[in-house]
Amino acid sequence: MGLIESNSLKTQVLIIGGGATGTGVARDLALRGVNCILVEKKDINAGASGANHGLLHSGARYVSNDPESAKKCMDENRILKQMAPDCIEDTGGFFAAVQGDDERFVADFPTYCEKAGLPCTPMDIKDAREQEPALSEKTIAAYAVEDASIDPFKLVLENITHAQQLGCQFFRNTKVTGVKKSGRQIKAVELLDKDSGKAFCIETEMVVNATGAWAGQVAGLVGADIDVIYSKGTLLITHNRMTHRVINRLRPPSDADILVPGGTVSILGTTSARMKTLEDIRPTVEEVDYIVDEGAVMLPALETKRYIRAYSGVRPLVGTGSQGNDRSVSRSFDLIDHAEDDIDNFVTITGGKLTTFRLMAEKTADLVCDRLGVSTPCQTRTTSMLSHHETQWAVPGFSSRMWLEHHDPDDLLLCECEMVPQSAIEEILASFHVFEKEADLNGISKRSRVGKGGCQGAFCSIRIAAFLYDRGVISANEGIDNIRDFLNARWKGQQCLLWDMPMAAAELQEAMHCGLFGLELR
Amino acid sequence: MKPAEQSHPGPKADASSCELAVIGTGLAGLAATLFASEKGIYTAQIGVNAGIIHASGFLDLMGVHPIADGRVWENPWEAIDAVTTDIPDHPYARLPQADIRQAFDIFMNLMKAAGLPYRYQPDANSRVITTLGTLKPTYGVPESMYKGTEALKTQKKCLMVDFWGLKGFSAVQLEEMLRDRWPGLQSVRIAFPEVGPSVDLYPEKMARALELRTHREDLAREIRPHLNGAEIVGMPAIFGIYHTREVMADLAALIGADVFEIPTIPPAVPGLRIKEMMEAQIQSKGIPLFAQKRVLQVNHDNDGGFVLDIGEPATQSISHRLHAQGVILAGGRFLGGGLYAGRKKIVEPLFGLPVFQPPERTQWHCSQVFDPRGHPVNMAGIEIDDAFRPLDDSGKPAWKNLYAAGAILAHQDWMRMKCGAGISIATAYGAVNAFAMNARP
Ligand SMILES: Cc1cc2nc3c(=O)[nH]c(=O)nc-3n(C[C@H](O)[C@H](O)[C@H](O)COP(=O)(O)OP(=O)(O)OC[C@H]3O[C@@H](n4cnc5c(N)ncnc54)[C@H](O)[C@@H]3O)c2cc1C
Ligand SMILES: Cc1cc2nc3c(=O)[nH]c(=O)nc-3n(C[C@H](O)[C@H](O)[C@H](O)COP(=O)(O)OP(=O)(O)OC[C@H]3O[C@@H](n4cnc5c(N)ncnc54)[C@H](O)[C@@H]3O)c2cc1C
Repeated sequence: MGLIESNSLKTQVLIIGGGATGTGVARDLALRGVNCILVEKKDINAGASGANHGLLHSGARYVSNDPESAKKCMDENRILKQMAPDCIEDTGGFFAAVQGDDERFVADFPTYCEKAGLPCTPMDIKDAREQEPALSEKTIAAYAVEDASIDPFKLVLENITHAQQLGCQFFRNTKVTGVKKSGRQIKAVELLDKDSGKAFCIETEMVVNATGAWAGQVAGLVGADIDVIYSKGTLLITHNRMTHRVINRLRPPSDADILVPGGTVSILGTTSARMKTLEDIRPTVEEVDYIVDEGAVMLPALETKRYIRAYSGVRPLVGTGSQGNDRSVSRSFDLIDHAEDDIDNFVTITGGKLTTFRLMAEKTADLVCDRLGVSTPCQTRTTSMLSHHETQWAVPGFSSRMWLEHHDPDDLLLCECEMVPQSAIEEILASFHVFEKEADLNGISKRSRVGKGGCQGAFCSIRIAAFLYDRGVISANEGIDNIRDFLNARWKGQQCLLWDMPMAAAELQEAMHCGLFGLELR
Repeated sequence: MKPAEQSHPGPKADASSCELAVIGTGLAGLAATLFASEKGIYTAQIGVNAGIIHASGFLDLMGVHPIADGRVWENPWEAIDAVTTDIPDHPYARLPQADIRQAFDIFMNLMKAAGLPYRYQPDANSRVITTLGTLKPTYGVPESMYKGTEALKTQKKCLMVDFWGLKGFSAVQLEEMLRDRWPGLQSVRIAFPEVGPSVDLYPEKMARALELRTHREDLAREIRPHLNGAEIVGMPAIFGIYHTREVMADLAALIGADVFEIPTIPPAVPGLRIKEMMEAQIQSKGIPLFAQKRVLQVNHDNDGGFVLDIGEPATQSISHRLHAQGVILAGGRFLGGGLYAGRKKIVEPLFGLPVFQPPERTQWHCSQVFDPRGHPVNMAGIEIDDAFRPLDDSGKPAWKNLYAAGAILAHQDWMRMKCGAGISIATAYGAVNAFAMNARP
């Protein structure tokens, strides 16, 4: 039928979605020697993988309502601590109840854990508060569990970098717009290169839909039907770290009941609100106030804490009949073989958790390999994640440590808050060449700490734009567009928590970028 | 107006009492103090550096209105007419245009006398070049920068120079940004004459270096081979701190072409120049200045005056007590500390004055950072009467002898309207005059 243009690309497996799941599938397949291409409509971590709590679950959160998920979390938690130690800080975690919390639940908790096979150690309250002084005086019970903190940015960067080294190709800013089918087979996937505006095709034997909350939309393009409910969660980042461990509220899963430390900060959340669309997901003032008020019950210092950012992500809930409380739905994942929808070479993997991404990738790759007739077994249970140098710049504290230990006298700090030098930006620029795309400020900030420090991008954006001009990466007035886009992206997470010091910082940013530069005038 | 420097009719300069206390050392506070001393009012001033060190040197009068339309006015006076018609509570509506003109004239004359000459067209805004390569409408322009504006207008052949090791200032960027408007613009990157072991150059360090002739000679030697017929050379703002005129003239002579500067990322040298210059003026007039101090608490004495407890912002410990008949509050906004944003509402922390503001935090900001309408919170602030006295909840002056000036005032968004310096200077002038009328009829 002449469906496929002669100049289109070819691959065995086309993976859609550059989150933990998609990049995990890419690495898994690449390790089995399967040829694959991953396409992402924005950039790595553009979805829930870049907007989650960063908790490597011990499983304890799910013991009461979803013991199956709890068990999976525990197993994966242990595997990842072995295989990806550079992405994980093994903090341990507490579950703590305060006066007024359901005492029946508190009493039943150890039994739930035992039934699910999860270790959980009762703590003397005095000891618990000595070890975590931020805990409320009103703490009435505490248990220690195997929770840890995981850096999703580094995790995903490691996955994709490793996959690329093994031959997988990665296209960013490339959106799936449709497919070409013949009978029960997808022959090629139609794509839009959002930078050039050009449409192109990739011929493929199998298609993996790893688009998280967008899974229903993408399945729709193929003619398959998945019923996805969107559940938005909002999180707050504190100015500095408040606890050593992950602190969970000991009660049935609810809002604002977890505080996860990550490097020099802590992350407080989350909420759950059903959304009708995936457009313009952003934290609101009301959510922020609610999270602070709720969180302060367990950790009173949260009331007066400075917050540097807020962000929101969307959990996909697939085919649930249950109403209202999105937390009662199983968080085990959904692996859907669309043969039932009369498409033989299309699978969807969605739902689940960051903690279980490896298992989700394994099960997906098993299914794909089965179709392709590849018999190589999964390697990711036993193959360590490599730690690639260029992925380190995304890790909080890495850049400043490097800089303080040693730096070239000719090097310059372009981001002074997080101490990101020119040489790091150079390295990140070089990694962009892999995509055959030009870098922009938003892309650089995805791969580094740029814009995540005190100035929230107000100053470093100017220095980096100047550097990009010097290097010929951008020209004409692209620098202005870059800065505008970048500051607008940062604004999304600032707007709802502008009181106290952040209000002053926002005023300085506005004074500079509007008062002095007139960037709002076009 | 004749400066009346020494003959204070008021209390002696023992720094424990004064006629007028000015709270704030931003542009509004500094202007108020200078205006007051011109009138022979015995004044004392308190404040920590804030906006002023971030200043670009440009003195905006009025550039954009209505902000939602992004309408840029050629004539700032017409813009003031328009904004005061549409927003009757705008601070500019509190004084006649003749007074605003006079305030500017006095201020510019002071700057000139202090060695920081300004250039402006009496009835027109100028477009000045920023570090980013945008052209911003403003009114008063330091002479060292005005030359760039003129060169662009007359399309002089220009060489833009930047330096190895100086971040955030790229001659290539300026060339790229201005290419269509300024075809005769070229760029070059050179090494700055040796100033020390570190390569991370700071404009302040460079400006201090250029106060010395040998460094100017070295710099000119570096630049000359690249001239390639250029009639004028543009550089980041580094032409000295105390002797900008001399540095500029000397550089031009040594290079053999005119020179101009562009302000770098704040805090930059032009802000430092204004601060140093104004502080020197204040000192030379013998005005007590509590620099790097804050008013921590205000009480009221029996005869309608104020008692200010002054101390360290960090420790909150009180080191001075100052009696004042009147106070001008020029505390700035959130950055300066004149206003404070709590999670639920915005307050004025010192006098507990009511703050005009949107009813809820949800309405403080727009969801897009560059929303053309501007963020509602930027119109928040202190409301005043025609004598610049803050109002209480009932709409009456809160205190007989309390005045407010500068960015703390409500019903203006200086960042979008491009009227920052203008509001500070004009309202400082208005407040001082009101105090003079009220307290010393
Ligand atoms: C608020 C919140 C908190 C969470 N906290 C935790 C936690 O603490 N611990 C934990 O284990 N899990 C947590 N999770 C769950 C975890 O974040 C997700 O399970 C995981 O990130 C899902 O990854 P994913 O790759 O499947 O989806 P995503 O990360 O959403 O990736 C999907 C990608 O597909 C791309 N895409 C969509 N449409 C197209 C298209 N047409 N063409 C090309 N690309 C497309 C998107 O841009 C996106 O990048 C949390 C989730 C949320 C929302
Ligand atoms: C990044 C930036 C760029 C700018 N660019 C321009 C420009 O291009 N053009 C232009 O015209 N203007 C510009 N400005 C300056 C602007 O004009 C001024 O900031 C504005 O006029 C406000 O001045 P202000 O004196 O009212 O407030 P501020 O400058 O904020 O000064 C407030 C002062 O009050 C003091 N204060 C507050 N509370 C107390 C207290 N309790 N006790 C004692 N002191 C107190 C603070 O310490 C500070 O000294 C810029 C400002 C910034 C920050």
